[in-house]
Parts: sequence; C-alpha cells; structure tokens
Amino acid sequence: MSDEFLLQMQDVSKTFPGVRALAGVNLEVRPGTVHALMGENGAGKSTLMKILIGMYQADPGATIILGGEKVDIPDTAAGLGLGISMIHQELSPVPEMTVAENIFLGREPVARFGLVSRKQMVSSCRELFQRWEIDIDPRARMRTLSIAQTQMVEIAKAISFDSRIIIMDEPTSAITEREVEHLHRMIRQLKSTGASIIYITHKMDEVFNISDYVTVFRDGQLVKTLPASELDRDKLITLMVGRELTEMFPKEFVEIGEVVLSVRNLHRGSVVKDVSFDLRRGEILGFAGLMGAGRTEVLETLFGVVAAESGEIVVDGKSVRIRQPKDAIDAGLALLTEDRKLTGIMGVLSVRDNMIMAALPRYSPGGMLQKALIEDACQDQRKALALKTPSLNQHIQNLSGGNQQKVLISRWLLTLPEILMIDEPTRGIDVGAKSEIHRLMSALAKTGKAIIMVSSEMPEVLGMSDRVVVMHDGKVSGIVDRADATQERIMQLATGPAGVTGPADAA
Amino acid sequence: MSTTAAAETRTKFDRGAFVRQYAIVGILVLFVLGLSLATGGKFLQAQNLLNVVTQVAAIGIIAIGMTFVIITLGIDLSVGSLLAVAAVVATSLAQIPSDTAKFPNMSFSLIIPIVAGLAAGAIGGFTNGFLISAFKIAPFIATLGMMSAARGLALIYSDGRPISRLDPGFNFLGQGSIIGIPVPIIIFAVVAVAAHVVLNYTRFGRHVYAIGGNEQAARVSGINIKRATIIIYTLCGLLAGIAGIISAGRIGSGNPQLGTGIELDAITAAVIGGTSFKGGIGTIWGTVIGALIIQSLNTGLVLLGMNDFVQMVVKGAIIIIAVILDERKNR
Repeated sequence: MSDEFLLQMQDVSKTFPGVRALAGVNLEVRPGTVHALMGENGAGKSTLMKILIGMYQADPGATIILGGEKVDIPDTAAGLGLGISMIHQELSPVPEMTVAENIFLGREPVARFGLVSRKQMVSSCRELFQRWEIDIDPRARMRTLSIAQTQMVEIAKAISFDSRIIIMDEPTSAITEREVEHLHRMIRQLKSTGASIIYITHKMDEVFNISDYVTVFRDGQLVKTLPASELDRDKLITLMVGRELTEMFPKEFVEIGEVVLSVRNLHRGSVVKDVSFDLRRGEILGFAGLMGAGRTEVLETLFGVVAAESGEIVVDGKSVRIRQPKDAIDAGLALLTEDRKLTGIMGVLSVRDNMIMAALPRYSPGGMLQKALIEDACQDQRKALALKTPSLNQHIQNLSGGNQQKVLISRWLLTLPEILMIDEPTRGIDVGAKSEIHRLMSALAKTGKAIIMVSSEMPEVLGMSDRVVVMHDGKVSGIVDRADATQERIMQLATGPAGVTGPADAA
Repeated sequence: MSTTAAAETRTKFDRGAFVRQYAIVGILVLFVLGLSLATGGKFLQAQNLLNVVTQVAAIGIIAIGMTFVIITLGIDLSVGSLLAVAAVVATSLAQIPSDTAKFPNMSFSLIIPIVAGLAAGAIGGFTNGFLISAFKIAPFIATLGMMSAARGLALIYSDGRPISRLDPGFNFLGQGSIIGIPVPIIIFAVVAVAAHVVLNYTRFGRHVYAIGGNEQAARVSGINIKRATIIIYTLCGLLAGIAGIISAGRIGSGNPQLGTGIELDAITAAVIGGTSFKGGIGTIWGTVIGALIIQSLNTGLVLLGMNDFVQMVVKGAIIIIAVILDERKNR
C-alpha cells in the first residue's frame, strides 16, 4: 500500500493569526509523476508546500508519510535531508558569487586543509549542466545572468540535491516559451529517475502538457485530485473558481480610430534598435517576443524611464520629447510596469496614496492636496474596478496580487491617459482577476483609449490583440494582424530570421 | 453578510491602528510618571517640565527634519555639525560691537544673523542632497563626510572658541518668552505644525512618502526624485540651522562644539515616534512625542543623579529596542 504513494500528507491544517490558510488537506503523490497544484492565489498551495519543506509547521494533528515512513520536518535542513527541495517563486541567488558557488552554497566541496575546492566545484557544476543541457558558464557571476538563466541555475541547484521530491513554484513565470520547453524536457527526464515533481502553476497549457495528476485548491481546501487525462480546460477552471467562467478573453471588437501614437526609428543602445510602429485609438496592440527581445525596453524608452538615444515619438500628430516619465505623463502616456513589487506598488502606503500618486499634479493645484476630490476619485475607481479592500487606508501590500494590479490600473486611469502601456497585465494573478483585467482592457479600448500590451503568454497575446508586434533581438521582426496571428507565425518571427526551422528541431 | 464581515474587519483594523498610534503617548505618560516617582516629584515640578520642553526644542526641530529624511530611506548624520556652523555664523554677526568681536566694531540688524545662520544650515543640507542625488552616494556616506567637514568649518570659522558677548535680542531667541511661553517652544510648535501640514496636505508630502515607499515606482509615477531629494536634505539642514540659532541664544554664545551627538537623539526620537527605517512610514506628531521622551530621559537621568556615561548606554539601548519593535510590527 505504501508503495503506491511516495508522499502522503494527511489532515494538514494551518492557521495564521486571523486566517485559516489550510483546512484538513490530504495530498497523495505517486512516485515518478508530475503532480500539478492549481488554484487561485491564496488558495493554500504555497502554504502546503512550505509545510512540506519545513519552512512552516502545520497545526497539530497533521501527518506526513514519505516513502512509507512517518516523518517530522521541523526545518528546511530536515526537508533537504529527506530529499525534498523547492524552487521558490522569488529567486534567491547571491549576485556577487559565481554560478558554481551558488549551486554549491552551504555544501561546498572541501579539498585538503579544509579549503573550498573551486576547481572541483566548477567541474561538478559543468557535469551537472552538461547532463541537463544547460548552456551557462559555471564561472559567470550570478548578477550577469538574465532572469531566465537564473531560473535555470535554481532548477539545476534543486536537481543537484538528488531529491525525491522537487517542488517548483511557478517556475515558468519569468522564462520564454523555448526555455519552458527545455524545462519540461528536464522534468520528463527527472521523472524517469523515479523522482516526483510537484508543480505549482497558473498556466493551463503547462498543466496539460506535462502533468500526470492535478490537484485543485480553493480557499484553503483541497477540492479534488484527478488524473490530468480526465480533465479539460473548462473543467479545470470551473474546479478552480467554483463557477463557470464564461469567456477567458472577453475581447470586444471596437471601431479602430485614427493614429494616436507614431514611433519612428526609436533607438537605445543594443536593446532597442530602429523600432517603428503606429498605434490607433481603440486598438490593443500586443507585443510578443522571447525574453530579452526588447519589448519591456521599448515601453521604458517611450515612457522616459530610460531616455531614447534617437528616434521620433509623435502623439496626436505632435512630435514630443520624452526624457523622463513626467514628460510622458504630460503627453498622455501611462505605463503599468512589468514588476509590480519592484516598480509598481509602494507597499506600506495606503491604497489611496498608491492610486493618486501619478495624477497628483491634477489633484494638487498650487501644491496643496484637494483631499475631498482625491477621496471621490479614489472611491469612484474602487467601485468601477470592483476593488476588494476593507478601506482605502489599507496598506496596498495587504491586498492580493489581482487587487494590487487594479490599484495600479487606477493609478494610471486617474492621469486620464490617451495611451495605456501595460507590461504583463496578468502576471502572477489568479484566474478570476485575470479575466476581470482583460475585460477592463477591452472596456478601455471601447472608450477610445489606445493600449499597448506586452505579454509572454501566447493565449493572452492572441486573445486580446488587434495586431501583434513581434520583436526579436531589439528589433521589430514583424507586425501581424489579428486574423493572421497564430502561435506558429508569432514564434517564427520571435525566434528571428535565422530560426526558420522553428523550435521543434531543438528536441 | 459580506458587508458585516467587511465592517468587522474595518473596526478591528482601526482598533489595531489606534493602539499602535497612541501606544507611544501611553509610553510617554508612564515614563513621566515613573520619573516623577523615582525623583520624589521633582520631575513634575513646573520649572522642570518647562525646562524639559524648552530643551527639547533643538532636538525636536532636528528630529522633524530627520523624519522627512528617514521616511525617504535616508539618514542625515551631519545635523549636529550644521547646527554648529549655523550657530557660529549667526553669533558672529550678532556680537555686541567691540574690538575683540569677529567683525570688530560692527553692528547688524538682528535679521542678518538669523538669515545667515539659516542659510548656512540650508547650504550644508543642499550640498548633502546634491551629493546624494547627483552622484548616487549613499546618504550615510555623504552626510558622514559633511558631519566631519562642517564641524571642521565651524571650528575654523570660530578659531575653535565660543563666540560670545551677544546682542540681547539674539539671546532672546533662546532665553526669552512671550506671554509666559519660552520662545524656543513657540518656534518648535510652529515648525512642527508647518511640517505636519507639508507632509499631509501638500503634493510634496506625498512625494516624500512615495520615495520611501518605493523609489522606482515613484519615478515611474512622474515624481522628480532628484529634485525632491535635494529639497528634503536642504530642509533638514535649514531645520538644523534653526536649532543652531536657538541653542546659541540659549547659552548666549556660539560654541563650535554645539550639537555634538544630537543626530543620535534626533534619529532616536524619530524612530521611537514610529518612523520606520524601512521607509514610507512616519508622522510629525509621533516624532514630537519621541523627542519629548528622549528629553525626559535626558533630564530624568540627571535628576536621578546618573552621569552622561549612563545616559549614553541607555539611549543606545533605546534606539536598538525601538528598531527591533518596528521590525516586528511590520512583519
């Protein structure tokens, strides 16, 4: 009987002050399988996994059985000792150390005289990378790596512990389609060694692509565990949200108006090269491309976060100079950045302050705040966007990811922009809030706003865009109309002119 | 059903906030009571209380500047030295005409020393802000350099000696009183109210919190970080200048050693008052109470017969405890 499951977690509950994060969960994982955990943010997936690795302690009464034996996991060292490792959503490398040093952090191979053997570390690391087909120099400094490469190193690190159970918390949220494929290949190879992978993700495609079993969580409870073969997309979404989601991408077709933004030969170093495109009223212009293709950089340059070196930006027929974000805001642009935590929210500030920040000049003539007007404007936004917060005084950091994103959308709507640039509008947001944000984007386009949307999620790009600008290596490699936009066409353009054979031959 | 739930969380949240906000007043009251008992009532005597509040003016005014700086995730170690620079510059222009005066046999209208002192502080602060924003130097380093340089300038300017024999009009700023209220207290109150208004009712105030909350996000929101940083440090220097004038007036001379170590008291006052070293959080009235606690401590320990050395240990411990509490509060 115990052979059937590699891991059994029984009656696991977890109470935080004021919140019951998990209520009597029973999870069973079979050996040599990929077991996906799905559920909206805050459903309890991550909490359960943190109990498994020893980061949190479950409430009394829980049992964890690993390989037929009852085990106790009081801390993360014990978890690692039992062969359980986790790749966290927030990566934690030491930037000034080399790749090899990061992989062997805390368990450096020791040579004579108790000194760390750098040579052995590098060669072990190289071996590991060769085995898993990772093309990164073990001697490179961690800080010189891209997010995707960092992710690969973290994954290699987790594998290098020879773990029986590897937990991956949204490992693909920051990497490109091609790297996702690579990761999936690695996962299949791992599986064949008998290890089990517990995979937390928000991405539907991935679940059906690689997982054998799927467990759905909702509000701290385990809703159901099913073989992936018995599920389809709609069924899974229904299980997750507990209701039928009518449409994933509520794209509404609106009259496309005149050109509101013209970008000509925009240039900035090696990241933005000769970029030109037009944007029209009512249009949602998708930006697709692989990680590092320069999409985010185009938005940053347009917005003056980093000024352009050359090129022309024409808004409403007038050529504008944008050297800092304020110039862009004055010209009617808005930029919702990619990284909510890093460049979006001001965590300890209230929802109200976060909302009003970009529109302050309008709400403080002569420098004095018009408190009543601000209050009205924020309450209006709160209602219009169905924002879930106990009050506008709440610190924004206490809101869920989806609600934080809504506050940031409000921040920019209050500046009354004509052109809204949104970088990864739904990254790390649960399914319900996702479609709300999509609906909002459609509604905004309908009112004549022009929207630029950078997205790494192909279904989002295809579902929401009127046209898709595809970038490769800092350049625009093609602009595709909605009617002609297919995954294959976009991937072809995204992999560049040389990659005509497409990604399939990499396997 | 869901509305009641929301209402419940709201009252609960407010109660927590209330306790957090007013706990510090409780601490002050307990503190004063404790000191009164320990000193056999001496601490509560009107003269002593007036002394505490008069002396708190310099620390309090500087702590207000420090609050702005710490909210933006900065620090200003140079305030004590800028206080001294302001004091020697101002007093040198406020001496009674004589052969031994800095400017022999010259007499200036009272407005000149005041403006010059304030300008000296503000210029020092502006330099801090400029160094920090233009060269991206850490505030700790920029103001550490200024702390040494400005103290040196004060000593050079005054030849290392106190500048004394001042115009009584100038001394009035530190010693006088208007309808029974000591002038330093009036100045402190005006500064506190003005600072409170700036932080809570102006666009600039929002910018201060935004920069501390998330500088990157503030920049993307169109806030001119460099400009705001320069204004904030200039303000902090200006307030050090006000404190310098009051301090010099109080003792009737411009001593170049004035304000040594006051940065510690100011930082402690701000942190006790709830200003967070993690940025984005802080209030003026919290800082004012924090300054009162620090000054009560200073005076109380003296009344208890403890010397300066003990005071240093106690204050050092207090600032560390305050930061630990802040750390736990925000987890």
